[in-house]
Amino acid sequence: MLRSIGVRAIDDLFNDIPQELRLRGPLDLPPAMPDPDLLAHARRLAGRNADCDRLISFLGAGAYDHFVPSTVAHLALKPEFLTAYTPYQAEIMQGELQAIFEYQTLMCELTGMDVANASMYDGASALGEAARMAADLTKRTRIVVSAAVHPEYRQVLRTFTSHLRVTVDDLPATGGITDPAAARTAMTDETAALIIQSPNFFGCLEDGEALAKAAHDRGALLVVAVADPISLGLIRAPGEYDADIVTGEGQALGNALNFGGPYLGMIATREAFVRRLPGRLVGRTVDTEGRPGYVLTLQTREQHIRRARATSNICTNESLNALVAAVYLSTLGRQGIQHVAELNARKAHYARQRIASLRGYRVAFEAPTFNEFVVHCPVSPEEINRRLLEHQVLGGLPLGRFYPDLADGWLVCVTESRTREEIDQLVGYLEALQ
Amino acid sequence: MSARTRSAKPPAAPPLSKRPVPVIFERGAPGRIGYSLPPSDVPEVPLDEIIPAAHRRARPAALPEVSELDVVRHYTALGRRNYSIDEGFYPLGSCTMKYNPKINEDVARQAGFARLHPYQPEELVQGALQLLWELEHDLTEISGMDRVTFQPAAGAHGELTALLMISKYFEDRGEHRTTVVVPDSAHGTNPASAAIAGFEVVEVKSDRRGNIDLEALKTVLTPQVAVLMLTNPNTLGLFEEQILEVARAVHNVGAQLYLDGANFNAILGVTRPGDQGFDVMHFNLHKTFTTPHGGGGPGAGAVGVRSHLVPYLPVPTIERDGQRFTFDYARPKSIGKIRAFYGNFGNLVRAYTYIRSMGPDGLRQAAETAVLNANYVLSRLRDHYDLPYDRVCKHEFVLSGRRQRDAHHVTTKDIAKRLLDYGFHSPTIYFPLIVEEAIMIEPTETESIQTLDQFIDAMIAIAGEAETNPDLVRGAPYETPVTRLDDVAAARKPILRWRP
Repeated sequence: MLRSIGVRAIDDLFNDIPQELRLRGPLDLPPAMPDPDLLAHARRLAGRNADCDRLISFLGAGAYDHFVPSTVAHLALKPEFLTAYTPYQAEIMQGELQAIFEYQTLMCELTGMDVANASMYDGASALGEAARMAADLTKRTRIVVSAAVHPEYRQVLRTFTSHLRVTVDDLPATGGITDPAAARTAMTDETAALIIQSPNFFGCLEDGEALAKAAHDRGALLVVAVADPISLGLIRAPGEYDADIVTGEGQALGNALNFGGPYLGMIATREAFVRRLPGRLVGRTVDTEGRPGYVLTLQTREQHIRRARATSNICTNESLNALVAAVYLSTLGRQGIQHVAELNARKAHYARQRIASLRGYRVAFEAPTFNEFVVHCPVSPEEINRRLLEHQVLGGLPLGRFYPDLADGWLVCVTESRTREEIDQLVGYLEALQ
Repeated sequence: MSARTRSAKPPAAPPLSKRPVPVIFERGAPGRIGYSLPPSDVPEVPLDEIIPAAHRRARPAALPEVSELDVVRHYTALGRRNYSIDEGFYPLGSCTMKYNPKINEDVARQAGFARLHPYQPEELVQGALQLLWELEHDLTEISGMDRVTFQPAAGAHGELTALLMISKYFEDRGEHRTTVVVPDSAHGTNPASAAIAGFEVVEVKSDRRGNIDLEALKTVLTPQVAVLMLTNPNTLGLFEEQILEVARAVHNVGAQLYLDGANFNAILGVTRPGDQGFDVMHFNLHKTFTTPHGGGGPGAGAVGVRSHLVPYLPVPTIERDGQRFTFDYARPKSIGKIRAFYGNFGNLVRAYTYIRSMGPDGLRQAAETAVLNANYVLSRLRDHYDLPYDRVCKHEFVLSGRRQRDAHHVTTKDIAKRLLDYGFHSPTIYFPLIVEEAIMIEPTETESIQTLDQFIDAMIAIAGEAETNPDLVRGAPYETPVTRLDDVAAARKPILRWRP
């Protein structure tokens, strides 16, 4: 090879790098590990974690422990999908492109919207992009965001807009939900979007219809974030109450908890707004022989064509996680998504009633909830969680970390993965702990 | 049964991969299910008491109604209509499509990593935090940066993160800088990220050797410039020979020097961006550090910074306190959060596994072999295609299909499509924008000389076909699941979802 190139040594191929910049010795890194040693080392590290196979989890708050059908790992993680690049050469990437097209359709069905893109990074950054999109579409400069939106999503929203002459105002929640009258007061003629989450961070369902009307009366858009899209098997789809942009965290749809990522950013909107959508879109077309086929389309929105004038800088997104969601939703199907959503609602409702009946515990908000709810606790939630861990139970999220005035608030999540027995055990432990 | 009937052939059918696959919504039948979930085990309560009808959806989502086997057949058929690194060579310039070791998957999919909730208390995730802490240390050593954040989900997300940090840094110093400079060979994400971070973008041309034009750069370097975003080796696959002068010029006006690390594979263990004068950089862990690309993500775009930018890193950082690892959120100058939680952890586990598996010598060898492979392919293709920048390349190089276009009306797109018939993914084409009919080839270090030779032979054969039978190349591909697709119709009347 060197002879063909016309050099004597590999080093000669690096002569364009100034001598003083070339490393003289090896990097100071641990030596290479043979595979068996590496696996043992990784197992030791993994063993220093307590995972949700070993714990009984009542923790949600934006990442959900749902049952994942076996089809997901066996189909979505096949090497044909796992080790493919972005489908730039459509003729040999029809499998990926069709899968994304189907994913887009599934997202539209779930959210009740007209169009969905191929994916964003995660739920929080998707919300940041939606805010930017709303500001672009309305040519306005203010965002009103409900304080019942996931606190980390709101932080990301601020980071994404901090430098754009867009101001973000928090709208305090009333009784765990966003009050439409308060939203009306908070919005001005400069408001680009009202942002809510439903079910919101406290697990409560928002009055989407009234909030949409409040936003639209001001000429603002309603942006709805969804943290657990399984809720949409049962709960009114944002498209049904006239939302303009829907974003979401798609982790719940078959993606592993993974300590917070990779997850799946969802974004969907109205047909009329499609040319302002960030990210990739797959469209259906035909080949020269008239056969149906799929391509990346409307690419003039994107950075590799439009550069500084693109709708977003996003390039690599979360295709594999979108594929996971597609396999998950296809496996559950029309009935399964309703079934699993109802299981969540029923079990969480049962847990909510049981915990509320305990002395000293009180349901924080009366609004209906899906699979999460907040209770006020007689002991600090941090202390409760410490005690529960003695029984291998991972308790809910102590809210004081994000809401200082809810320091006794405990956000409990009950998915279909929890059995009645586990819920009863949790209640028993809480009782014993008094 | 007579011999005659037995020998009758079935009607001619196209090979499996050429048969159109109906969309999943067309499979199955009403009422068919493919899932298995238990009935509710809690006391029956009317649904209205849990969720009032006004909050419930009016119409069920029209998801597929299919059996598990329907789902399996569907995605198996789709998988057959895909190309992947496990199937064949992917000389896609700037994308570093190297082999993704299987051990990475085994490590990352262990429950002890994959089944961790991001809000578990720190004492329950010490192994995960230790891994992140070690990975940060590894990447600082590899890059010469002082600290690394893992929160960006991909390269472009890393660019945005870095630019926001730089903004905040200058704001703190009371400097109002409005401009980001990029060379004309830059990735599209660079100007896009700059614009989204609120900067004006100024482009600088490249010189005849393919370096950023130092004189042109100096004329645009004003006190308004916040940062120069540079890819090194650049998108021509060439090391910026005057990188020290470039760094000096940038720093002379008080600006920052940013490295787009997409091409880091070429210099692993050979030279470090921190030593070259870069203040901040992003890594594409899904390129250089073998996390699989997943058909378009997830990636992982870690950002490394020199010490003066450390206060601005997104929260949380990971700190070590004796034997204990912790999150640090108390960072008053931080730009805040750029995503929920901590990053694409699953990919970070894979990158960590790769680094541990390679060790310092293995990483350097990867870079050397990547550069050797690229120069070998270049040496054998240079007579058959135009070579606008004739220098020793790093991990990739850029040819031009100008000759084929001018002499035979065969475009680079045609050549790329014809390669598909030969069983190869095409190189990156029409990028960088400064090369007409660009063909950007990155072989990576994981390919054998046999594979490289087969690819070279295919490229040479296609150059021959362009001369002798241009129509053949212009009509390609023929052997693929579909032939050329109508992009124009797709964009004119977009069909972005299936409807019955």
